[in-house]
Amino acid sequence: MSRRLLLLRGIVLVTAILGLNYIVWRWLFSVHWSAWWIAVPLVIAETYSLVDSLLFGMTMWRLKERGEPPPATPDQTVDVFITTYNEPLDLVLDTARAAVAIRYPHQTWILDDGNRPEMRDAAAELGIGWITRSPDWAGMPRHAKAGNLNNALQATDGEFLLILDADQIPSPDILDRTLGYFDDENVGLVQTPQYFVNVPESDPLGSQAPLFYGPIQQGKDGWNAAFFCGSNAVIRREALMQIGITRYVHEIGVGVDRALRSARSVLTAARKDLGDDEVGVRKAIDDVLYDVGRTRREIARGGALLDATYRFQTRVAEIRRQLVAADLQLVSADLDLIAELDQLAGMSDQSLATVSLEALDRATARDLSPLGAIEAVEALIRAVDVDRSDEAMPVMPMATISVTEDMATCMRMHGLGWRSVYHDEVLAHGLAPEDLESMLTQRLRWAQGTAQVMFRENPLVQKRLSWPQRLMYFGTMWSYLSGFAALVYIAAPVIYLTLGVLPVQALSTDFFIRLVPFLVVNQLLFFVAANGRPTWRGQQYSLALFPVWIKSVTSAFGNVFLRRDLDFSVTPKERKEFAVARWDLVRPQLIAMGALALAGVAGVVRLAVGQASWLGTSLNLVWVVFDLVIFSVIIRAVRYRGFEPPDSRPPDPSPSDASPTRAVAPARQPDRQPARQPASRRGSHRGER
Amino acid sequence: MIELDVTTDRGIAVVVPRGRLNMVAARQLRQVLADIITGGTSRIVVDLAETTFLDSSGLGALIGGLKSARQAGGDLRIARPTPEVMTVFTLTNMDKVLRPRDDVGSAFDV
Repeated sequence: MSRRLLLLRGIVLVTAILGLNYIVWRWLFSVHWSAWWIAVPLVIAETYSLVDSLLFGMTMWRLKERGEPPPATPDQTVDVFITTYNEPLDLVLDTARAAVAIRYPHQTWILDDGNRPEMRDAAAELGIGWITRSPDWAGMPRHAKAGNLNNALQATDGEFLLILDADQIPSPDILDRTLGYFDDENVGLVQTPQYFVNVPESDPLGSQAPLFYGPIQQGKDGWNAAFFCGSNAVIRREALMQIGITRYVHEIGVGVDRALRSARSVLTAARKDLGDDEVGVRKAIDDVLYDVGRTRREIARGGALLDATYRFQTRVAEIRRQLVAADLQLVSADLDLIAELDQLAGMSDQSLATVSLEALDRATARDLSPLGAIEAVEALIRAVDVDRSDEAMPVMPMATISVTEDMATCMRMHGLGWRSVYHDEVLAHGLAPEDLESMLTQRLRWAQGTAQVMFRENPLVQKRLSWPQRLMYFGTMWSYLSGFAALVYIAAPVIYLTLGVLPVQALSTDFFIRLVPFLVVNQLLFFVAANGRPTWRGQQYSLALFPVWIKSVTSAFGNVFLRRDLDFSVTPKERKEFAVARWDLVRPQLIAMGALALAGVAGVVRLAVGQASWLGTSLNLVWVVFDLVIFSVIIRAVRYRGFEPPDSRPPDPSPSDASPTRAVAPARQPDRQPARQPASRRGSHRGER
Repeated sequence: MIELDVTTDRGIAVVVPRGRLNMVAARQLRQVLADIITGGTSRIVVDLAETTFLDSSGLGALIGGLKSARQAGGDLRIARPTPEVMTVFTLTNMDKVLRPRDDVGSAFDV
């Protein structure tokens, strides 16, 4: 074990002990219950932060530094995928040319979701492949980048896939440095860092993620939980296809079960309305009901699903034919309803398995004529049967449950027993958004995607994942809840300084003796883990973007549970007008800063007139100043005018001046480029109480 | 490389993949199945007796063919998988969805 790891583990242990000691004392002995309205939120926020800290400590516990990669075995087949939607031609072609120049033999493809003729021509000129959606996708949910990749998987056949965002320029040795890991047949994924070249040293928008693409991924790697981050990763095709197949099997199973249950209620309802003389119809319905039961029993006994549904379909079709042939008095079927059932699956942008029961019930609760009921049942089974009529492709290897397909896909891959590798070497150079608005949109999408996975496929209940893996995934999700804690951390000092309400019972020696050592070791842990990488910007954004984090969780909740739209903000595709400072984008932060500053003044006044204690006021003033320093990054971000390459700075850097980099960068479409939330999510709350 | 023999008899097409049904062969198989269905035959048996290897891409091609066949009013059945191929079925739970038949001639009898 390396000395660094030993040191890290020592600090992790001490942090955990001191943290637990503090929080237990807080809950049991120091909550100021009479001011519960702030005291309870504060102690909950502190508990949240401690859990965050413990999860971080657990990540660091198995930090894995892999060093030199094993050499790449020759003669394997690799497809290099460059995903694009609407990025400018030149930007994509720069990446494509660099991809062609990758030394290990491979086939390069542009996955052009924009279906642009000029892109096709340019690809042909470069002698590389150009893939756009097949006709199967017409009228089907497109699933953004996940759909783009799934479509390309069907059109190619390399054993391995290198996935690149349109603006990630690969190094020529990217495959030589990563393919060797796949000699272990259980390895399904090798992820490398995302690094951005159009970011100044000061990184005003917090674009780099030195802590995430470093210690955090290395720590997750130690627990076999290194994440797929959407780009700059090599994936084994077999692992992806296996995800697709097992998901297909799972969803068919859930869908058929639901459909059969609904079928029974439809038929039972229709049967009730029959008159005594309608003997033939009654018998037909009874026959179908019998078949519903038989099919369910057959499946329960382990009979193959699709065989069972096929037999069911055939029998029901036969019963209906007899019914019609008997020339009975038929009431016209409710054709609208049948059409609705046929489309039922298509209603949601999810999989069949997630079509809500209410939707089924709503559709089937209506009164149906007997023939209508039988036809409805047929349609229902058809909708969830093999043809998966709601999707362009029956097998969808890339997960489509989230706007960030990477995390969900990777979790499923781990669930199937595959291993992942994080190789900590920059092998691609990308572009980050250069204006505040694009940056905010991008962070919101990442956060929303993560929250969607948390609500839809919570890692804590994924039985096929090991417990450490579950916690590694959950840890990332947990950190996105920080927006709510931030509110409390802003409110608490404001309330004390203006109203004099203290959320703890006393600012006693007991309090300080427990809190201060914890804060110190916690920062030390952070410092040792970072190992010289800059982390301050990330700490700032973790608090300063609190409105984004809150919105991501609430909108994802609304999307998953209330079936609301995710409220897709239109990502700006034109070059940003840098001349206008967009203060409106950070109004909540400005309000928070104003409140903190005013509270500071109020606190000083209250102290001066003898209404407040010296200790309490100064402590809270320090807290206010700390918060303000954290928030100051927002001011910098609003005033940021885009990247000026250090060498080519024009003589008069007027805002309207367009350097080549700036001309291309804003056209990035961050919302289509899911990546993991960078270091900005990591850790600031642990230090500021 | 893989050989894909197709024979059609009394409205049922029998496809025999000989060799490794892997990611490269999967595209071929998908095309062959699509051609059969477009040609008007929607009842297909894939005879796996001479398939020495099957991966998830190959399974994906079978599922794709199944979807098209059912949409055309027919079905796709698989027959006589070797133990190696059966392992892949079990691993992905595909055996819970599609029951392999013991015999090509009677694959459509039940």
